[in-house]
Amino acid sequence: MARAPLPVSLSLQRLVLQNSAVLAADQHAALLLSGFHPAPTGDALIVSQVQQELWNGSGARPPETHVSFSGTAGDQPGASLDRINAAISDWVGAHAGRLLLGLSFPLVLFIVWQASSLYGWLPDQILPAPSLVWQVLQDRIGDGSLWDDTSISLLRVLRGFTIGAAAGLLLGGLMAASRRFHDYLNPLFLAVSQVPTLGWVPLLILVIGIDEGLKNILVALSVFIPVTLGTYQGIRDVPHAYREVGQVLTFGRTQMLRTIILPAAVPAIFTGLREGLSNGWQTLVAVELLASTEGLGFQMAYGRQLFQLELVIAAMLVIGLIGFVFDFLLGRIENHLQRWKVAA
Amino acid sequence: MSDRINPRLARIWRAIALPLLLLAAWEASTRLSLVDPHLLPPLEDVIARGWTESRNGDFVTALLASLGRDLAGFAIGALIGTTTGLLLGFLRPAQAIFGPTLRVHRQIALFAWVPLIAVWFGAGEPGKIAFIALAAFQPSLINTWRGVQEIPDRFKELAAVLTFSRLDFLRFVGIPAILPAIFTGLKAALIYAWQATIGAELFMTIAPGIGGVMMQGRQLFQMDLVLLTILLLGLVGAGFNTLAGLSETLLLRRRTS
Repeated sequence: MARAPLPVSLSLQRLVLQNSAVLAADQHAALLLSGFHPAPTGDALIVSQVQQELWNGSGARPPETHVSFSGTAGDQPGASLDRINAAISDWVGAHAGRLLLGLSFPLVLFIVWQASSLYGWLPDQILPAPSLVWQVLQDRIGDGSLWDDTSISLLRVLRGFTIGAAAGLLLGGLMAASRRFHDYLNPLFLAVSQVPTLGWVPLLILVIGIDEGLKNILVALSVFIPVTLGTYQGIRDVPHAYREVGQVLTFGRTQMLRTIILPAAVPAIFTGLREGLSNGWQTLVAVELLASTEGLGFQMAYGRQLFQLELVIAAMLVIGLIGFVFDFLLGRIENHLQRWKVAA
Repeated sequence: MSDRINPRLARIWRAIALPLLLLAAWEASTRLSLVDPHLLPPLEDVIARGWTESRNGDFVTALLASLGRDLAGFAIGALIGTTTGLLLGFLRPAQAIFGPTLRVHRQIALFAWVPLIAVWFGAGEPGKIAFIALAAFQPSLINTWRGVQEIPDRFKELAAVLTFSRLDFLRFVGIPAILPAIFTGLKAALIYAWQATIGAELFMTIAPGIGGVMMQGRQLFQMDLVLLTILLLGLVGAGFNTLAGLSETLLLRRRTS
C-alpha cells in the first residue's frame, strides 16, 4: 500500500485544529504500512473518514485501491471452468512428482510389511499382517465399538482442553496485564511446569482415584502450561507502537484488547493452543493406557495384554489420524484469525 | 508498601509470598487435622522422610538409574534425529521421499508407541531406552530440519559469489546458521526425554528409578514418598533447563559478540 502524499496546502488554522487527527491518521497509515490492519470500526473508521476529508480538502487524491478478482469481467462460465481445469492439471503436474516421491517411502514400508507377513519372517504376535489390522478396523467400525472408544477419548480430551485452555488464557492474560500479578504467580507457575505431567499421576490417583476427574485434571494441566506461556508471551510482546496507536485513538480497554492486542498476539497464543492440544491428546492416551476401562488408550493396553498387536496398531492409526485433524483444524482457525496479516 | 523500600526486596518477597502461603496452609491444615494425614502428611514428616531417604542413598540410586536411562535414550534419539534432520535438509531427494512420512509420524501421540515398543523391544531396559530415544528423536529432527530450510538465501548467494566449496559452505555458513535451531531441538529433546523416562518407568516393568519409587509410594500409600519424588522430578527438570540454557549461551556466544 502506497503512503498518501502529505496534505501540503492545509491552512495553518486547520492544521492546528486537526493536529491530533493528522497525527492519528499518520499513525494509522504507518500501521497499515507495517502490516498491521485493524478493522475499520469505531474510532478507526472515524480516523479514515478524517483522512479522507484531509485529502479532499488538500486537493490531493486519496490513494487508489487495487482490488483484484480472480477472473476478468468478460469471462464466460465455460472459460473459467477451463481455467480451473488448467490450474488443476498445472498443480498436479507440478506436485505429482513430489506426491509420488512422498508416497514411495510409505509404500516401500507397506510392501516390506506385507512381504514379512506373507513369508512369515516375524510371528503375528510381533508384527501382525496388514490384512489383520484392516480386518480389526473393519470389525470395530462395523460393530460401532471403534466409534464408542473414539468418542469417549475425544470427549475427554475436549473437556480437559476447554478447562486447561480457559485457565491458561486467563492466567497468561492476567500475568501479561499486571506486572505485580506476574511477580506473585510466575515462580509458582514455573515450579509446577518443571514437573513432567505424568509425574502427578501417582499423587492424583491417591487423592482422587482413577475416575474421570483424573483424566480431566491431567489433560487440563498439560494444556494449561503451554497456553499460559503462549498467551503471556504473545501479549507481552505486542509492539509498544501498536499500543500507542490505541492510546492516541483513545481506545477504551475492551476496544484496545479487541482491535489491537488480541490480533497482534494471535500467533503466539495459537502456538500455545496447538502445543496444548497436542500435549493434551498425548497425555490422555497415556492416562488411558495406565488407568482406564474405556477409550482408545485402553484398547491399546487391552490389545497389548492379549498380544493382539493388530488391535494396538489399529488404535494407533486412529490416534494418529485424530492428532493430524486437531493440528489441521487449529491451523485453519489460526489462518482465519490472521486474515488481516495476509491483507497487507 | 514494601516496593517503596527496595524494588529488589519487593520482587523476592513477591516470588516467595504465594509458595510460603501454601506451605503455611499445608502446615495449618495438618496441625488442625483438617485433612487426612494419609492424603496430606505433615510437612515435617515429609522433610524427615526426605532426610532419611537421601541419607540411606535410596534416592541417589533411583535418581542415578533414571538419569542414566534418560541420557542413554536422549543420546541415541538426539543423534539419530539431528543427523536425519541434516540429511533431510541438505538432500532434496531425501526430503521428498521421507519428509511427508516423518511429518505424519509426528502426529501419532508419543505414548501410543508404548505397547508396540514394549512388544518389539521388551518391557525391560532396551524397551525403555528405545521409547526415550523415540521421544528425543522427534524434536531434534524437526528443529534441525527446519533450521536447514531456514538458512537465508542471501547467505547461500554470498557463498556462491565467494565460490565456496561444499565443505567451506558447511563450515562458514551452514553450521553456524543451523546451530541455534539444533540447540532448540536438543533442548526440547532433553525435556521430552525426561517426560518419556517417567512415562517408561510408570508404563513398563518396574525397575530401579524415580518412577519405580513413585509407584512404590502409591502402592504402599506413602504420600510423603510420592510428594518427595514429585519434588525430585521438578528439580531434575529445572536442572536440565538451566543446563541447556547455560550451554546454549556458552556455545553461541561467538554469534552474539
